Amino acid sequence: MSLRPFLDVILAGLVLGVAIFTITARDLFAAVVGYVAYGLLLAFVWIRLYAPDVALTEAAVGSGVTGVLLITAGKRLGALKNPAPEAQPPLTLKLLIGVLAVLVAGALGAAILLLPDPPPSLAPEAAAAADSAGAGLGNPITAVLMSYRSFDTMLEKLVLILAVVGVWSVGADKAWGSAPAELRQPKATAPMVFLAQMLAPVGVLIGIHIFWTGANAPGGAFQGGALLAAMWMVIMMAQLAKLPRIDAQWLRVALVSGPAVFLIFGLAGEVTAGSFFAYPHSLAKPIILFIEAFMVLSITAALPMLVAGPPSERPDR
Amino acid sequence: MITLLDLFSIAAIGVGTFFFVAGTVGLLRFPDSLTRLHALTKADNLGLGMVALGLIPRADSALSALKLIVIWVLVMLSGASTSQLIGRALRRGRK
Repeated sequence: MSLRPFLDVILAGLVLGVAIFTITARDLFAAVVGYVAYGLLLAFVWIRLYAPDVALTEAAVGSGVTGVLLITAGKRLGALKNPAPEAQPPLTLKLLIGVLAVLVAGALGAAILLLPDPPPSLAPEAAAAADSAGAGLGNPITAVLMSYRSFDTMLEKLVLILAVVGVWSVGADKAWGSAPAELRQPKATAPMVFLAQMLAPVGVLIGIHIFWTGANAPGGAFQGGALLAAMWMVIMMAQLAKLPRIDAQWLRVALVSGPAVFLIFGLAGEVTAGSFFAYPHSLAKPIILFIEAFMVLSITAALPMLVAGPPSERPDR
Repeated sequence: MITLLDLFSIAAIGVGTFFFVAGTVGLLRFPDSLTRLHALTKADNLGLGMVALGLIPRADSALSALKLIVIWVLVMLSGASTSQLIGRALRRGRK
């Protein structure tokens, strides 16, 4: 008898337990820590479901980047002086929120329980389509993302840019164009600087490797970009590099380069391959890698800017 | 057939697991954050190191064996640094 079903049940129980802990935690910081642990456990679940690509994304983005984002947000909330005293929402609002949450959870549960057997799937169709257009890619996930569903992938990157624009637009008028506040207010400590100096070169190498190997093995632009973004954040936290001004030309070019290059090649597909977002068969792999390289650049620029927050009026110290 | 290498793997991973369990017990039972950190680093450094060592003979290629070692070194690096950071934050909080 195999031990694996038991391990899977334990894993599922752990995920549920940590999820409940995260929701019920009173302390903001405890909830964030719970959420990060939840993300890491979820990554294990994806690995057990034989989806290493999703697991990598979950670990890097769902747990890592979102964790930093939430911790920073929590810190800023805590730093707010005089939070509204005892600002409890009225009971009716609480009830309404509860009902809506139960409805969403119930609908999701019903959708899963009522799935026909065998469940409908676009996977074979996608695999066939990706096989024809994503020629030369050993990783079917990348082939589907970059070829079968290329428009979706391009729009995802646009959403990232919109999010950055949204964060920037919260800044005060006077601060427009200046850099966001330093990630670590007083001064970087020696262990942080040491960590950044040791980790960043290795992390950058691994990030580029994950992007490059994504053509043939689990990995890809988003996972690699998230790692590179994390390395940039570590460097900025150690104050080895200043946060860029948000009106810096290079930053904005980096942000839009991914979707822009994607769109240019997508439009060119109309001429060269006969349809929007199609690639000429013989050149599919180099084109896809070329587009992905710019998407990595976009992601590497966008994620730290989301974490850094809106531009700050304080003069750089 | 259990070979010598298998025995080595079992022994090393067993020792590693012991350190993980000991570290977890320490994390749950020790009275304050500094001692808990101390317990945690044992699991990180020694526990993971022994598990990685035990897995090396079972690796497919020299490259994946090397990756195991790199993972261990990276965890040690980040573990040591974050422990320092947490310890520093604790000391600042106490004053």
